[in-house]
Amino acid sequence: MKRDLRFEVIYPNRMEDVWHALTDSGALASWLMENDFKPLPGHRFHFRSKSRFGFERLIPCEVLVVDEPRVLSWNWGDEGSVVTFRLVAIPEGTRLTLEHTGLKGVRGIALAWILSHGWVHKIEPKLPAVLANRGFGTDAL
Amino acid sequence: MLTGPTRRIRNPRRQSSQPAGDVFQAVADPTRRALLDLLAEGEEPVNSLAERFAMSRPAISQHLAILLRTRLVRARRVGRERRYRLQPQPLEEIYDWVGLYERFWTAKLGALGEHLRKNS
Repeated sequence: MKRDLRFEVIYPNRMEDVWHALTDSGALASWLMENDFKPLPGHRFHFRSKSRFGFERLIPCEVLVVDEPRVLSWNWGDEGSVVTFRLVAIPEGTRLTLEHTGLKGVRGIALAWILSHGWVHKIEPKLPAVLANRGFGTDAL
Repeated sequence: MLTGPTRRIRNPRRQSSQPAGDVFQAVADPTRRALLDLLAEGEEPVNSLAERFAMSRPAISQHLAILLRTRLVRARRVGRERRYRLQPQPLEEIYDWVGLYERFWTAKLGALGEHLRKNS
């Protein structure tokens, strides 16, 4: 059963620059979250996020793969899911693929079921609306 | 995310003491997902549902009771039989959760683009 979220973005930047933005702690802090990340497999670190109510949340992570400048992945949070970035150089710049996989527990099962069922979309028009709302971000999960 | 009561779903006797309406719980069970898939095609009486599963009618009724509590299905009486139909609205809760991750990563990948624009 499919249980993944997958995103693909093309940036008009060189692969090395995108790789740097993914693997430099300061750069990660500026676009993702405050962290003590190091690009070393096995390194345990945290992302720090603030909820809209001001509560701080620490997301424990562990670096899994550092294959410069192509693949970077880390374990994400207590749920045991995995975030993987893949970079490919293309004429327009760099194609980045982000996969958030292995969302576990009842929520992961529910997600897999939702994502693998065409009929859900037919009956309930809300999911396309959610997808169309991309860009309305939230800092806290 | 998995709390104590969440894990008890495997024991049907305990289910009646659970608070109503955890939609994630409801769809976590493969039989209930199969029931929802069948009901997505149209209204069905319990007997014809039970015929499709290698399971007793009371067992199917038990699953239907859980789906009724979450309001994922609705029952109506036609003559001597109860007919069940799908009510997809509670699934919004799952969409909202998926959407949370969707929005989070979409926003962050946008922020990455902005960061690259400024720093490259």
